[in-house]
Amino acid sequence: MVEWTDFERATIVDIFSKMQYEVVGPAALARCLIVYPWTQRYFGNFGNLYNAAAISGNPMVAKHGTTILHGLDRAVKNMDDIKSTYAELSVLHSEKLHVDPDNFKLLSDCLTIVVAAQLGNDFTGEVQAAFQKFLAVVVSSLGRQYH
Amino acid sequence: MTTLTAKDKDAVRTFWANVSGKEEDIGSDAVARMLAVYPQTKTYFSHWKDLSPSSPSARKHGITVMKGVADAVSKIDDLKGGLLTLSELHAFTLRVDPANFKIISHCLLVVLSIKFPNDFTPEVHVALDKFLAALALALAEKYR
Repeated sequence: MVEWTDFERATIVDIFSKMQYEVVGPAALARCLIVYPWTQRYFGNFGNLYNAAAISGNPMVAKHGTTILHGLDRAVKNMDDIKSTYAELSVLHSEKLHVDPDNFKLLSDCLTIVVAAQLGNDFTGEVQAAFQKFLAVVVSSLGRQYH
Repeated sequence: MTTLTAKDKDAVRTFWANVSGKEEDIGSDAVARMLAVYPQTKTYFSHWKDLSPSSPSARKHGITVMKGVADAVSKIDDLKGGLLTLSELHAFTLRVDPANFKIISHCLLVVLSIKFPNDFTPEVHVALDKFLAALALALAEKYR
């Protein structure tokens, strides 16, 4: 089981309580699709992803980005057992969506960068460490049911 | 992974104008974050008296690293040739596992995102990510 310090728990809860999901989610997903264009392979039916401007303005990207971020809520509320919380989602990403789990890390890096821009200097090294640890646990849990 | 296009190089050079004058703070912040977020990187600095992210050694090292990155921007048209000496240093003396180049690159991008939230657009991000990846490849050139 993952051990969380009081600082880490408080930091994660704090970040997500202040987050604007409809801003951060779309920004993170759009950034991922732009910076790592091969991730677009999973969004063939999203319409126009031809360039950065199209991706940033795409309403399906925005909607999905928000969905993903709300999915992270479940981990925030269940920090002591993220593994079981995400077991079903892991099966979904593996069996139905066929997402290469390496992609989870790419999105997580983009999310870190977007949150950093939002929080500015409040996103200290210690806060970044807590946030990235949280995302690493999420990523690991999402990849757990792959076989 | 991929070659830098003229557009990439332009984006990097243009964005780097923002960085001018702030290299020391940016470099130190990036190294501090690296040590805090990826504690395994501290294994390369066992010779430091103080391994904390805010130590004078960490700050000095951040400045050194950033000088190297800034130098690479000026040699963006021939990174392999321009960084030959640095590559030999990393290959034969420092022997830093190249996986760590990704780590410091990510930390650097986080700092840039914090300092320049409006200029660090997704387009600039992808150009810089490609540039740092090319830089890492050039640094690893002499490894084997």
